[in-house]
Amino acid sequence: MAIITMRQAISDALWEEMERDPKVFIMGQEVGVWGGTYAVTKGFLDHFGEKRVRDTPIAESAIVGAGIGASMVGLRPVSEIMTINFAFVAMDYIVNEAPKMHTMFGGQMSVPLVIRTAGGGGRQLGATHSQTPDAIFAHFPGLKVVSPGTPADAKGLLKAAIRDNDPVLFIEHAAMYQVRGEVPEGDYTTPIGVSKVQREGDAVTIVTYCKGLQLSMAAADQLSAEGIEVEIVDLRSLRPLDMGPALESFKKTNRAVIVEEGWPSYGVGAEVATRLYEAAFDYADAPIKRVAQKEVPLPYNAALEQFALPQVEHVVAAVKEVL
Amino acid sequence: MALKKKDHLELYRQMVLIRRVEERSAELYQAGKIGGFLHLYIGQEAVSTGIVSVRQPQDRIITAYRDHGVALNVGISAKAVIAELLGKETGVSKGRGGSMHMADIEKNFWGGHAIVGAHLPIAAGMALGDQYEDRDGVTICMFGDGATNIGFFHEGVNLSKVWNLPVLWLCENNQYGMGTAVDRASAVEQIHMKAEGYGIPHSRLEDGMDIMKVREAVGAALDHIRSGKGPYFLEVMTYRFQGHSMGDPQRYREKDEVTKWEQSDPIGIYHRYIVGDKIATKVDLDKIEEAVETEVNEAIEFAEASPDPGFDTLYDYMYASKE
Ligand SMILES: Cc1ncc(C[n+]2csc(CCOP(=O)(O)OP(=O)(O)O)c2C)c(N)n1
Ligand SMILES: [Mg+2]
Repeated sequence: MAIITMRQAISDALWEEMERDPKVFIMGQEVGVWGGTYAVTKGFLDHFGEKRVRDTPIAESAIVGAGIGASMVGLRPVSEIMTINFAFVAMDYIVNEAPKMHTMFGGQMSVPLVIRTAGGGGRQLGATHSQTPDAIFAHFPGLKVVSPGTPADAKGLLKAAIRDNDPVLFIEHAAMYQVRGEVPEGDYTTPIGVSKVQREGDAVTIVTYCKGLQLSMAAADQLSAEGIEVEIVDLRSLRPLDMGPALESFKKTNRAVIVEEGWPSYGVGAEVATRLYEAAFDYADAPIKRVAQKEVPLPYNAALEQFALPQVEHVVAAVKEVL
Repeated sequence: MALKKKDHLELYRQMVLIRRVEERSAELYQAGKIGGFLHLYIGQEAVSTGIVSVRQPQDRIITAYRDHGVALNVGISAKAVIAELLGKETGVSKGRGGSMHMADIEKNFWGGHAIVGAHLPIAAGMALGDQYEDRDGVTICMFGDGATNIGFFHEGVNLSKVWNLPVLWLCENNQYGMGTAVDRASAVEQIHMKAEGYGIPHSRLEDGMDIMKVREAVGAALDHIRSGKGPYFLEVMTYRFQGHSMGDPQRYREKDEVTKWEQSDPIGIYHRYIVGDKIATKVDLDKIEEAVETEVNEAIEFAEASPDPGFDTLYDYMYASKE
């Protein structure tokens, strides 16, 4: 297994899928000549040409809307929204068009579209450019939402998303492109809607995804040094949400902490905690804790921004609290 | 393409069919058998009938929520249309869509879209699909005057020119968006002038009540697009005789105005043309009207006798992927 960055894993997935299927193409702002805002599509334009690597106007509704239309008539577009903060101006397409087409016309049409975007804070971009609003999108039946936390899953999930017959919102983390990890050789996919235990333990269950996985892994190392072994369940997909491994783990540890980067109100943690309580209330030996972002529009000042974001020490503290 | 007698009779039949279906739907609505919104096409029949009659089979058509006309023109049966209005499993969208969401992709009719203007970028994407695959179809995208004031319109129309997409932007200017007259909502009253800002050739058909003129204008526009010259923008002036939707008190316009327009009833105009030019006799046309009457009666019987979708089918069309 090769060790590569998240950026490379995502880039490889796109490249390999475009080589595999001529109906796959990408469109978005700066995907071509620039090479991708996060350099994910560097070299694509030269290799695949303008037809399949399409620079677009700054028009998010058109980027996702045209992706929907092209997918309805048989193509496999990957529409890129530079960052998830700009997805709000394409909200109608993401939550009100793509997820509705198949069901609303009685199964006649499908929307095999991938919307790739990057979210997350911690880069001093201020309140409008630093959000983790994943839960909003996961609210809508008909849309699939995935957000990988490792290079291996990023590659496998992106390939699965491109081959999937439904609209998939693929959320990357803008501060994780340099994260490295082992990636299997050759062609593989990671199933959408399947959670995974990323680290085994018996003291406390941590349920998390994306950047939260990084924080949780670091926290687990610290806790392990103190003799506390946590089990980490990576959701990977927010919709469909696979609670299987989290529930199984919770029934074993009887304690859970949920780690997410977004705000806690109405968030992923709120959903997961409720599901754990609904399905396994009798197993709980302590109230479930959430680690999340403080409820403010994220400030620019570096220290203040970090103060508002969830940190490794918050995860460590939460685990100790439920123990 | 010169029309033969039988072609004229078929077009006349379609216009009368739309009129009868709409009139009877209004009754069904008042009887509480149709729910939700019901937007009637009465008064605008020459537009959709003219458009559909000159398109080629490979030309896609997509429109807004005022979609019963197009649905019948493309050959969806009155049974399937009325069953959809009644929410039945036998409806064209299996009772999932209702009045505003009818489609039949076998007939290259892609819906029925209820978010004002949102289907324009989707239409651009469908045209992109045809361009990408080297098919010579044109995507005909119909929308109202009101739709030209929303951002989606501008993003979609701009993109169509940037990528030189084979799309016909067809604005049905019925002079109101709900209760708001064009001059109270649009910076320009000549709506086709908006295409000027995007470098797209455009024109206005002043008389959209005359199907022969609609056919001529749309035919010329389609020829232009099919010759590879990129998108075209055609504004067609028309008028809806009924309220925006059922239950509209119509405080925004004078009775006189409606009465005046009713004198240019598209069906009356066509009737006079057919009989005056001795293409067919009044008796021929009477026969068609009788046949349509019977067809609509049977369609209503069929729809009322049809089953509702079963509760066990609630999730049937959530995702296109097989789990
Ligand atoms: C984005 C959005 N805003 C508001 C509405 C409510 N609405 C439905 S139809 C309509 C008027 C549209 O007028 P026009 O485009 O001229 O079409 P017409 O009804 O005249 O055929 C409005 C405001 C909507 N469906 N979508
Ligand atoms: Mg209008």
